[in-house]
This record gives sequence, structure tokens and C-alpha cells, in this order.
Amino acid sequence: MEILMVVVVGVMFTIATYMVLTKSLLRVILGTVLYSHGAHLLILTMGGLGTGAAPLLSTEGPHSDPLPQALVLTAIVISFGVTAFLLVLAYRTYKQHKTDDLDQLRGSSDE
Amino acid sequence: MSNLLILPIILPMLVGTILIFFAKNHSLQRVIAGITAVLLLILAFYLAHEVYYHPQQTMILELGNWSPPFGIVLVADMFATLMVILSSIVGMLCLFFAFKTIETERAKHYFYPFYFFLLTGVNGAFLTGDLFNLFVFFEVMLLSSYVLIVNGGTNYQLRESFKYVVINMIASAFFLVGLAYIYAVTGTLNMADLAEKVGVLEQQGVLNVIAIVFLFVFGAKGALFPLYFWLPNSYYGPPAAVSALFGGLLTKVGIYAIIRTFTLIFTHNTGFTHDIILALAGLTMFFGVLGAVSQFDFKRILSYHIISQVGYMVMGLGIYTQLALAGAIYYIAHHIIVKAALFLFAGATEKITGETSLYKMGGLLRSHPLLGWLFFISAMSLAGIPPLSGFFSKFALILSGIQEERYVIVVVSLLVGLLTLFSMMKIFMYAFWGEQKIPTEKVDKKETMGLLKPIIPLVILTIALGLSAEPIFQFSLGVADQIMDPSNYIDSVLNQD
Repeated sequence: MEILMVVVVGVMFTIATYMVLTKSLLRVILGTVLYSHGAHLLILTMGGLGTGAAPLLSTEGPHSDPLPQALVLTAIVISFGVTAFLLVLAYRTYKQHKTDDLDQLRGSSDE
Repeated sequence: MSNLLILPIILPMLVGTILIFFAKNHSLQRVIAGITAVLLLILAFYLAHEVYYHPQQTMILELGNWSPPFGIVLVADMFATLMVILSSIVGMLCLFFAFKTIETERAKHYFYPFYFFLLTGVNGAFLTGDLFNLFVFFEVMLLSSYVLIVNGGTNYQLRESFKYVVINMIASAFFLVGLAYIYAVTGTLNMADLAEKVGVLEQQGVLNVIAIVFLFVFGAKGALFPLYFWLPNSYYGPPAAVSALFGGLLTKVGIYAIIRTFTLIFTHNTGFTHDIILALAGLTMFFGVLGAVSQFDFKRILSYHIISQVGYMVMGLGIYTQLALAGAIYYIAHHIIVKAALFLFAGATEKITGETSLYKMGGLLRSHPLLGWLFFISAMSLAGIPPLSGFFSKFALILSGIQEERYVIVVVSLLVGLLTLFSMMKIFMYAFWGEQKIPTEKVDKKETMGLLKPIIPLVILTIALGLSAEPIFQFSLGVADQIMDPSNYIDSVLNQD
């Protein structure tokens, strides 16, 4: 199961890299979202999947590791907030520059 | 155990929250913000004093009474407290400069609250002793920096902020990847515990990979070669008070994280990792200074100089002796102060002339002599002319390079010093000498003095850091001694009884 998940993470990072390198603002954002999701999945996978009982004192051991879930929850909330901010920023940029093509958002050297 | 450690984090956070409620009341915001900044500085000095006279010179706080390595700890050793002091000094003076220069429109859009949230993140990143908590504080700092960098919403800012946010988001994703790897390998995220576990790990190869992932992440935030390309454009957009805070402080948080992790955790194979760091240091300082030489804009030259000077700091880490690290720490202190001062000078001249392009300025020395000479002192300090602070820190770095027979980096750093002097002189000649090209009557003497007030303490500090080099260097050696020997850190966190 872990091997499969690692492959999935690899595919997600590949797609994310491709998306980030495209020219459209929205695709770049989707790329960063995929990067974050890939990283979250990796954290969860690294804790070991489907081993042990729920980490409660009343249950019989061995327990599974609860820490990756705590970590991934924090990370998801943060990436959610940043993505929301980035979407608003991209929308404002699009409204003011009247383009979503990053080639035209390069800026000239003499500014 | 002392609750004092949480105060530099929680005070700006609380005040930032309170300031949100008074977002429309500009003068009340200033009063609250000003008092808090002064309080924060006093607090930082008090904390440093307590830590210095502590028997182990390291204080820790177990959050929620969870003993390490299970809970999050805050660790204040001498290096961390020094950084907190520097962040408070620069934070206070940039804030005072912002009082004079920030437009009401920007202030109303939550400038001051996010300013304090930024300081929360910066202080938190310095004080935390947990790698995941470091990620969280990095994000607190970065999210506030996103808001501050786009605050005002000009076309230029919107365009460049987007790139800044995307690059930092990608770096953050890789931060998580690094955390996942190191947790899988060691089963802990507490830095002291990591340091202990990494020492006894049998598979060293995978640790090299993790070390490089972290170097990539912190390098992207600290503007190391080849990940510095975002810096000059994004630091150009926001108002001078923000550029000064970012230029002085933000990249140095990345550098702090590099020094912390590569002296505490990733010391298993210094022949590999620290040689890479040394090579990157050389390339960073060389390409950074080439950028500065080619530019003809006040703020852009200064931005490129941040890059070249980040190279000096990691050079100290790459050489990895006590003397080199002491030089790097001295250099960080010098750089934060001088760089903030120079960015504020850029802001002051921009306010006076309405320009940042050197082609359009000129003759400011005649109309504003005090501004001109103070700038000259800071510029000379940056270039490393004795008896100012830049000289002694570079001297220690170069001396340690010669002692360790790393001649290539020594030659590169000397050459970069020369080019730094050249580009600083270029600013001085074009902006302050020659004929006056722009009428500057609209800013009178009194207003100029008001702009200079927050900068003068920084200039005095750089002179003082240079003239009292002996005690400060002894202090830096003490700090370097502490971070070169991780057993002190590990013992204070894990075996405290």
C-alpha cells in the first residue's frame, strides 16, 4: 500500500511541475495545490498505513502512529489558507492587468 | 522552564489581533503599535540577559507541559536570543519609519496588524525547537509577508507578488516533503532528539538526501544561488519600510534555519553537505554582486546586495570552524542593521526626490548634507571599510578561510567586497554628487529630519558594532562555541533535571 501511495505522490508531483511551468495564472495555482496535496499524502504515507489499532489508551496495542494525522491536518489548513489568498491575488492581478498570460506579466527591464 | 520564552511570540500576536479592530483609526493604531514595538525590544533584551546568565546559557519552555521529545518545546539559546534582539530593533525602527511614510490608504488596509503577525512568525521561527513548528512559524511569517508585499495593490506589486507567493508555496511544499522523510527515517521532529538520533543512524545516505531537501527549502527562502531570482523584483514593489524589514530580516530567517539545522542535525557528513554549502556561498555572493553592479536603481542595487551578502553568511557555515561561525554571526548582526538602514535611506531619498532611478537623481549632498553623509557611513560599512562593523566580520570570515586553506572562497569574497564598494560608490556618486536634477524644495529640513530619526540609531549601531569589535567578537565566539557543540542544546532540552 505504501509503495502505491508513493507512486501516486510521484505522479502528483510530476503533474504539479508541469502545471507550474505553464503560462496561465490558474494552472500555476492548480500546480501549487497539487504540490501541497502530494506533500500531505507523503506525510500520511510516511507514518505507515493501516497498521495497528486506533491510538486510544483503552484499546489493545500495537497502536498506529497518530502524529502524521496531526501534522497533515495543520498542513492542510495552512495550504488551504494560502491557496485562498493566492486565488484572490491572481483574480486581482487578472482584473488589473487584463491578462492571465504570465508571458505578458514578465515586466520590462527598464521599470 | 520559563514562561518568558513565549512572550516575544505572543505579544505581537495579541497586539496584531487588537489592531485589526482599530484598522480605520490611524492615530490610535500608531500609538498601540509604537508602544508594543518598544516593549518587544525591552523584552528581547531581558530574555537575552536571562539566557546569558543562565548556568547552561539555554532556556527551554515545554508548551502544554508535554515533555520533549513528545511535545513542542521553545528553546532560547544565545544565537536565538541574539536574533530576537535584532528582529526587535529592526522591527521597531522600520515601524517608526512607516509612521512617517505609509499612506493612510495602506494603513487602513491592515498594514499594522500584519506587521506584527510578521514579527510573530519571525520570533517564533527563531525560538522554536521543533522542526514542524518551524514550518508553522515560517508559514505565519510568509502569509503576513504576502499581505505586506501586495499591500497598496499597484500593478507592479500585484504582478511580482504573485511570483513571490508561488515560489514560496512550492518551497513550503518541499519543506513538508523534507519533514515527511525525516519523520519516516527517525520517528521524531524535535530538533534535539533529531540531533541525537541522526548521530546513531546507520544509513547515512538517505540523510544526505534529506539534508539537501532542507537546503533547497531554506535556500529558496534565504535567496541562495540559484534560487535568488525572485528577490530583486519582489523587494522593489512595496514601500520602503516594508522593503527594509524584508531586506533586513526575512531572508535571514532562512539563513538562521540553515545554520541551525546544519550545525545541530545534519552534521553527519560535513565533507559532503558543508562543501556544497561553501560552493553555493561563493556562487551566491558572486552572482549577487554582479547583479548589483549591472543595475542603475537605488532599491534594486540594494536588493542584489542582499543576495551577495547572504553568501558571506553561509560561507561561515561552509567553512565550519568556530572562528568562521563567529564571523558569520557577527556578519548577520551587522548585515541586518546596515541593510535595514540602507533600505530606509532609499525610502528617504525616494520621498525627497520621488525617484529611485540613479539616472534621474543628483546633487542631494548639497541640499541634504546630513542624509548624504549618514548614507556614506552605512555604505562604507556595507563594503567593509574599517573601523565600521562590516570590516571586522568579513575579516574573521576571510581569516578562517585562510586558516582552513579554502583559498578559492577567500579570493571570491575579497573580489566581491571590492565590487560591493564599487556599486555603493556608484549610488553615492550618482545620487549625492553632481548637479541637482530634481527640485527638492517640497520636502523641507524639518521633514527630512523626521525621516532621518529612525535611521540614525541604525547608523550609530553600525559604528558602535565596529568600534567595540572586541567585546562583540568575544560574544560571537561564545555563540559560535555553543552552536558548534550540539550536546549543550541536546542536554538542555532532553536531560533537564
